[in-house]
Amino acid sequence: MLEIGTLHYLLVGALLFLIGMIGVITRRNVVIIFMSIELMLSSVNLNLLAFSRLYGLHGQVFALFIAADAAAEAAVGLGILIAFFRNRATVNMDEVHLLKW
Amino acid sequence: MTPVATPFFFYLLSGIALISAIVMITKVNPVHSALALIVTLLACAGLYLMLYAPFMAGVQIVLYAGGILVMFLFVMMLVNIEHLYIEKMLNSQWRVGLAATAMFALLMLGALVKGAGTLPQHIVNSPENSNVQQIGLLLYGRGSGYYMFPFEIASILLLVAVVGAVVMAKRRV
Repeated sequence: MLEIGTLHYLLVGALLFLIGMIGVITRRNVVIIFMSIELMLSSVNLNLLAFSRLYGLHGQVFALFIAADAAAEAAVGLGILIAFFRNRATVNMDEVHLLKW
Repeated sequence: MTPVATPFFFYLLSGIALISAIVMITKVNPVHSALALIVTLLACAGLYLMLYAPFMAGVQIVLYAGGILVMFLFVMMLVNIEHLYIEKMLNSQWRVGLAATAMFALLMLGALVKGAGTLPQHIVNSPENSNVQQIGLLLYGRGSGYYMFPFEIASILLLVAVVGAVVMAKRRV
Protein backbone atom coordinates (compact mmCIF):
# COMPACT_ATOMS: atom_id res chain seq x y z
CA MET A 1 0.00 0.00 0.00
CA LEU A 2 0.94 3.60 -0.46
CA GLU A 3 3.01 5.40 2.13
CA ILE A 4 0.86 7.70 4.28
CA GLY A 5 2.12 11.26 4.06
CA THR A 6 0.96 14.61 5.32
CA LEU A 7 -1.12 15.15 2.21
CA HIS A 8 -3.36 12.19 3.06
CA TYR A 9 -4.22 13.72 6.43
CA LEU A 10 -4.82 17.11 4.83
CA LEU A 11 -7.16 15.49 2.31
CA VAL A 12 -9.17 13.76 5.04
CA GLY A 13 -9.34 17.04 6.95
CA ALA A 14 -10.55 18.88 3.85
CA LEU A 15 -13.23 16.25 3.18
CA LEU A 16 -14.48 16.37 6.78
CA PHE A 17 -14.54 20.18 6.59
CA LEU A 18 -16.58 20.05 3.36
CA ILE A 19 -19.07 17.58 4.84
CA GLY A 20 -19.48 19.86 7.85
CA MET A 21 -19.91 22.85 5.55
CA ILE A 22 -22.63 21.06 3.57
CA GLY A 23 -24.37 20.32 6.88
CA VAL A 24 -24.13 23.94 8.01
CA ILE A 25 -25.41 25.39 4.76
CA THR A 26 -28.17 22.99 3.75
CA ARG A 27 -29.78 21.66 6.94
CA ARG A 28 -32.72 23.33 8.69
CA ASN A 29 -32.29 22.01 12.21
CA VAL A 30 -30.19 24.31 14.39
CA VAL A 31 -28.89 21.43 16.53
CA ILE A 32 -27.48 19.64 13.50
CA ILE A 33 -25.95 22.91 12.29
CA PHE A 34 -24.12 23.21 15.63
CA MET A 35 -22.92 19.63 15.35
CA SER A 36 -21.63 20.33 11.84
CA ILE A 37 -19.70 23.31 13.20
CA GLU A 38 -18.10 21.02 15.78
CA LEU A 39 -17.14 18.65 12.96
CA MET A 40 -15.53 21.53 11.04
CA LEU A 41 -13.52 22.58 14.10
CA SER A 42 -12.35 19.01 14.62
CA SER A 43 -11.23 18.71 10.99
CA VAL A 44 -9.21 21.90 11.39
CA ASN A 45 -7.60 20.25 14.41
CA LEU A 46 -6.66 17.32 12.20
CA ASN A 47 -4.96 19.71 9.78
CA LEU A 48 -3.07 21.44 12.60
CA LEU A 49 -1.82 18.14 14.00
CA ALA A 50 -0.72 16.99 10.54
CA PHE A 51 1.31 20.20 10.20
CA SER A 52 2.59 19.89 13.75
CA ARG A 53 4.30 16.65 12.70
CA LEU A 54 6.30 18.70 10.20
CA TYR A 55 6.99 21.91 12.05
CA GLY A 56 7.20 21.05 15.75
CA LEU A 57 4.81 20.96 18.66
CA HIS A 58 3.25 24.43 18.28
CA GLY A 59 0.44 23.00 16.16
CA GLN A 60 -0.66 20.76 19.02
CA VAL A 61 -0.91 23.76 21.37
CA PHE A 62 -3.00 25.56 18.76
CA ALA A 63 -5.23 22.49 18.47
CA LEU A 64 -5.68 22.61 22.25
CA PHE A 65 -6.84 26.22 22.02
CA ILE A 66 -9.26 25.30 19.25
CA ALA A 67 -10.70 22.55 21.45
CA ALA A 68 -11.27 25.08 24.27
CA ASP A 69 -12.86 27.42 21.76
CA ALA A 70 -15.16 24.66 20.51
CA ALA A 71 -16.36 24.02 24.06
CA ALA A 72 -17.08 27.73 24.60
CA GLU A 73 -18.86 27.98 21.25
CA ALA A 74 -21.04 24.95 21.99
CA ALA A 75 -22.05 26.32 25.41
CA VAL A 76 -23.00 29.76 24.06
CA GLY A 77 -24.67 28.31 20.96
CA LEU A 78 -26.83 25.91 22.93
CA GLY A 79 -27.78 28.75 25.32
CA ILE A 80 -28.91 30.80 22.30
CA LEU A 81 -30.76 27.74 21.00
CA ILE A 82 -32.69 27.32 24.26
CA ALA A 83 -33.57 31.04 24.35
CA PHE A 84 -34.71 30.90 20.73
CA PHE A 85 -36.77 27.78 21.31
CA ARG A 86 -38.47 29.45 24.28
CA ASN A 87 -39.48 32.46 22.16
CA ARG A 88 -40.46 30.75 18.91
CA ALA A 89 -41.09 27.10 19.87
CA THR A 90 -39.07 25.86 16.91
CA VAL A 91 -35.52 24.87 16.01
CA ASN A 92 -35.97 25.65 12.33
CA MET A 93 -33.24 27.78 10.77
CA ASP A 94 -35.64 29.40 8.27
CA GLU A 95 -37.53 30.97 11.18
CA VAL A 96 -34.44 32.87 12.36
CA HIS A 97 -35.01 36.07 10.42
CA LEU A 98 -35.30 38.74 13.09
CA LEU A 99 -32.23 40.60 11.81
CA LYS A 100 -33.01 40.09 8.12
CA TRP A 101 -34.27 43.03 6.10
CA MET B 1 10.01 -0.08 17.49
CA THR B 2 7.77 -0.32 14.46
CA PRO B 3 5.31 2.54 14.19
CA VAL B 4 1.61 1.92 14.64
CA ALA B 5 0.82 4.38 11.89
CA THR B 6 0.30 1.82 9.18
CA PRO B 7 -1.66 2.60 6.00
CA PHE B 8 -4.31 0.06 6.95
CA PHE B 9 -5.22 1.89 10.16
CA PHE B 10 -5.20 5.24 8.38
CA TYR B 11 -7.66 4.09 5.72
CA LEU B 12 -9.83 2.32 8.30
CA LEU B 13 -10.05 5.32 10.63
CA SER B 14 -10.54 7.92 7.92
CA GLY B 15 -13.16 5.73 6.24
CA ILE B 16 -15.07 5.41 9.52
CA ALA B 17 -14.78 9.17 10.10
CA LEU B 18 -15.98 10.15 6.63
CA ILE B 19 -18.84 7.63 6.46
CA SER B 20 -20.23 8.53 9.87
CA ALA B 21 -19.85 12.25 9.06
CA ILE B 22 -22.01 11.69 5.98
CA VAL B 23 -24.48 9.73 8.14
CA MET B 24 -24.51 12.65 10.56
CA ILE B 25 -25.63 15.26 8.04
CA THR B 26 -28.16 13.00 6.35
CA LYS B 27 -30.16 11.80 9.37
CA VAL B 28 -33.48 13.46 10.17
CA ASN B 29 -33.39 12.73 13.88
CA PRO B 30 -30.77 14.88 15.67
CA VAL B 31 -30.13 12.14 18.25
CA HIS B 32 -28.97 9.78 15.51
CA SER B 33 -26.82 12.60 14.15
CA ALA B 34 -25.22 13.09 17.56
CA LEU B 35 -24.40 9.38 17.85
CA ALA B 36 -22.82 9.42 14.37
CA LEU B 37 -20.83 12.50 15.36
CA ILE B 38 -19.45 10.66 18.39
CA VAL B 39 -18.17 7.91 16.07
CA THR B 40 -16.58 10.52 13.79
CA LEU B 41 -14.84 12.27 16.67
CA LEU B 42 -13.53 9.00 18.10
CA ALA B 43 -12.13 8.06 14.69
CA CYS B 44 -10.52 11.50 14.57
CA ALA B 45 -8.97 10.78 17.96
CA GLY B 46 -7.47 7.62 16.45
CA LEU B 47 -6.04 9.70 13.62
CA TYR B 48 -4.52 12.06 16.20
CA LEU B 49 -2.84 9.09 17.83
CA MET B 50 -1.38 8.14 14.46
CA LEU B 51 -0.04 11.70 14.15
CA TYR B 52 1.93 11.28 17.41
CA ALA B 53 -0.37 13.54 19.42
CA PRO B 54 -1.61 11.37 22.30
CA PHE B 55 -2.50 14.34 24.48
CA MET B 56 -4.79 15.83 21.85
CA ALA B 57 -6.35 12.41 21.29
CA GLY B 58 -7.21 12.21 24.98
CA VAL B 59 -8.54 15.78 24.97
CA GLN B 60 -10.63 14.93 21.92
CA ILE B 61 -12.24 11.94 23.61
CA VAL B 62 -12.82 13.65 26.97
CA LEU B 63 -13.87 17.06 25.68
CA TYR B 64 -15.72 16.42 22.41
CA ALA B 65 -17.12 12.94 22.79
CA GLY B 66 -17.56 13.17 26.55
CA GLY B 67 -18.46 16.79 27.18
CA ILE B 68 -19.82 18.57 24.15
CA LEU B 69 -21.86 15.67 22.81
CA VAL B 70 -23.42 15.03 26.21
CA MET B 71 -24.39 18.71 26.25
CA PHE B 72 -25.93 18.35 22.78
CA LEU B 73 -27.96 15.32 23.84
CA PHE B 74 -29.04 17.13 27.00
CA VAL B 75 -30.26 20.16 25.02
CA MET B 76 -32.09 17.86 22.62
CA MET B 77 -34.06 16.58 25.58
CA LEU B 78 -35.03 20.16 26.45
CA VAL B 79 -36.24 21.18 23.01
CA ASN B 80 -39.10 19.40 21.36
CA ILE B 81 -38.08 17.60 18.17
CA GLU B 82 -41.17 15.53 17.48
CA HIS B 83 -42.54 17.77 14.77
CA LEU B 84 -39.34 17.53 12.72
CA TYR B 85 -40.37 14.26 11.14
CA ILE B 86 -43.14 15.83 9.12
CA GLU B 87 -41.09 18.83 7.99
CA LYS B 88 -38.56 19.19 5.24
CA MET B 89 -34.95 18.34 6.07
CA LEU B 90 -33.24 20.95 3.92
CA ASN B 91 -33.66 24.68 4.19
CA SER B 92 -34.93 26.97 1.46
CA GLN B 93 -31.54 27.82 -0.05
CA TRP B 94 -29.84 24.44 -0.19
CA ARG B 95 -29.16 24.59 -3.94
CA VAL B 96 -27.15 27.81 -3.63
CA GLY B 97 -25.41 26.32 -0.61
CA LEU B 98 -24.40 23.17 -2.46
CA ALA B 99 -23.09 25.24 -5.37
CA ALA B 100 -21.04 27.39 -2.99
CA THR B 101 -19.67 24.28 -1.28
CA ALA B 102 -18.70 22.77 -4.63
CA MET B 103 -16.78 25.91 -5.53
CA PHE B 104 -15.10 25.89 -2.13
CA ALA B 105 -14.17 22.24 -2.68
CA LEU B 106 -12.54 23.18 -5.98
CA LEU B 107 -10.61 25.94 -4.20
CA MET B 108 -9.38 23.51 -1.53
CA LEU B 109 -8.44 20.91 -4.13
CA GLY B 110 -6.46 23.55 -6.01
CA ALA B 111 -4.68 24.56 -2.81
CA LEU B 112 -3.81 20.94 -2.00
CA VAL B 113 -2.55 20.21 -5.51
CA LYS B 114 -0.56 23.45 -5.74
CA GLY B 115 0.82 23.27 -2.23
CA ALA B 116 1.74 19.60 -2.21
CA GLY B 117 5.24 20.30 -3.48
CA THR B 118 6.01 22.94 -0.87
CA LEU B 119 5.59 20.65 2.15
CA PRO B 120 8.85 19.61 3.79
CA GLN B 121 9.58 15.94 3.23
CA HIS B 122 11.34 15.45 6.53
CA ILE B 123 8.96 14.35 9.32
CA VAL B 124 10.00 15.11 12.88
CA ASN B 125 8.42 12.45 15.03
CA SER B 126 8.30 14.02 18.45
CA PRO B 127 8.73 11.49 21.27
CA GLU B 128 5.36 10.14 22.29
CA ASN B 129 6.14 9.42 25.92
CA SER B 130 7.03 13.05 26.70
CA ASN B 131 4.28 14.63 24.59
CA VAL B 132 2.26 15.96 27.53
CA GLN B 133 5.44 17.28 29.13
CA GLN B 134 6.45 19.13 25.95
CA ILE B 135 3.01 20.71 25.58
CA GLY B 136 3.04 21.70 29.24
CA LEU B 137 6.45 23.33 28.80
CA LEU B 138 5.16 25.28 25.80
CA LEU B 139 2.15 26.42 27.82
CA TYR B 140 3.62 27.17 31.24
CA GLY B 141 7.39 26.71 31.07
CA ARG B 142 9.74 29.32 32.48
CA GLY B 143 11.44 30.82 29.43
CA SER B 144 9.80 28.41 26.99
CA GLY B 145 6.16 29.19 27.79
CA TYR B 146 5.25 31.03 24.62
CA TYR B 147 1.56 30.43 25.14
CA MET B 148 1.13 31.61 28.72
CA PHE B 149 -0.79 34.76 27.80
CA PRO B 150 -3.06 33.08 25.20
CA PHE B 151 -3.79 30.43 27.80
CA GLU B 152 -5.03 33.07 30.24
CA ILE B 153 -7.10 34.64 27.46
CA ALA B 154 -8.61 31.21 26.77
CA SER B 155 -9.55 30.83 30.42
CA ILE B 156 -11.29 34.22 30.37
CA LEU B 157 -13.06 33.16 27.15
CA LEU B 158 -14.36 30.02 28.85
CA LEU B 159 -15.51 32.02 31.88
CA VAL B 160 -17.38 34.49 29.67
CA ALA B 161 -18.92 31.60 27.72
CA VAL B 162 -20.17 29.90 30.87
CA VAL B 163 -21.67 33.14 32.22
CA GLY B 164 -23.21 33.93 28.85
CA ALA B 165 -24.74 30.47 28.47
CA VAL B 166 -26.30 30.68 31.93
CA VAL B 167 -27.65 34.19 31.29
CA MET B 168 -29.16 33.23 27.94
CA ALA B 169 -30.70 30.01 29.16
CA LYS B 170 -32.27 31.62 32.23
CA ARG B 171 -35.94 32.42 31.96
CA ARG B 172 -35.70 35.86 33.51
CA VAL B 173 -32.42 37.66 34.12
